[in-house]
Amino acid sequence: MGYDDNVSFTDYTLGQDQLERIETVLGEDLIKSGVHNALLIDMAGNIIAKSDNGSCEHDLYSLAALASANFAAVDTMAKIVGEEEFSLLFHKGEKESIHFSKVNNEFLLITIFGKAVSLGLLRLKVAEAVEKINAVW
Amino acid sequence: MAFVNMKSKEVQAKIVYYGPGRGGKTTNLEYIYKKFRERIKSDMVSIKTHGDRTLFFDFLPFDIGKIMGYDVKVQLYTVPGQVKYDATRRLVLKGVDGMVFVADSQVEQRKKNILSLKNLQENLAIYKKSIFKIPLVLQYNKRDLENEGIPILPMETLEQDLNSQLKVPSFPASAATGENVVPTMKKIISLTMTSLQSVMK
Repeated sequence: MGYDDNVSFTDYTLGQDQLERIETVLGEDLIKSGVHNALLIDMAGNIIAKSDNGSCEHDLYSLAALASANFAAVDTMAKIVGEEEFSLLFHKGEKESIHFSKVNNEFLLITIFGKAVSLGLLRLKVAEAVEKINAVW
Repeated sequence: MAFVNMKSKEVQAKIVYYGPGRGGKTTNLEYIYKKFRERIKSDMVSIKTHGDRTLFFDFLPFDIGKIMGYDVKVQLYTVPGQVKYDATRRLVLKGVDGMVFVADSQVEQRKKNILSLKNLQENLAIYKKSIFKIPLVLQYNKRDLENEGIPILPMETLEQDLNSQLKVPSFPASAATGENVVPTMKKIISLTMTSLQSVMK
């Protein structure tokens, strides 16, 4: 197996313009639809872009680390039972719920939302946002 | 695989503590968390079993201030040390920028240290990373056990077993008392930052 000399940098590069476009998508498509927090994270648990409605004080760095690990664990479970992936990843809470969506092999879109947003609408909005984010590359 | 955000001038780097089970990886992080409590804004996250063993990982985000105009956030992780948790260990290694290998100085743990280091080399290779190239610091933990009459390996033996080929910085330490825990962390942060500097210029 060959080794990669560039041990110290991400496999992807995002310019300022791309980051701004992603943040616009998070804000316009998700936060304006009633989502509390929207995060684009990479599979290593880094936060790439984020947007919120201004009234949330969650520890997003810990959340990103746990979300990427959770996604990786569920993905590995899927492979063990012979599935390519599980398409719906959603945790429902009393006040806040979390939805995970794979954007591509590198990125995950995490949305945190309350009771005011239905899961159906959220999934629709997330699907649109994922498409727009993928178009940024 | 550190993430450098040119827009918000922020760098997120991932440092993973690796080593055999019950070697003191979590204790290292707990000491750092206690010591720098006022500087660490969020809580330490630990995913443990009922028996207090690390099940998935521990996570401690740490703002180390500005380097070359960038806000540097170091994220410290541990892996579960038990042999059976190899799949989760691999997941935690994804995107790692720097490593601390915490070895257990007890004589009876000698073989486990060697096997765990070999396991690290294999798991890094999955991500196409070489143990000889990644920023790495060795920590020979539990030196304090000597005072309790528990036989521990001489430093020379540990160096011979684990560091004869790697030739990386190493520290005798005691995570339980905190001895050399912070110097270990400072060393790996500085090595990691040096390796990242080329992209931050």
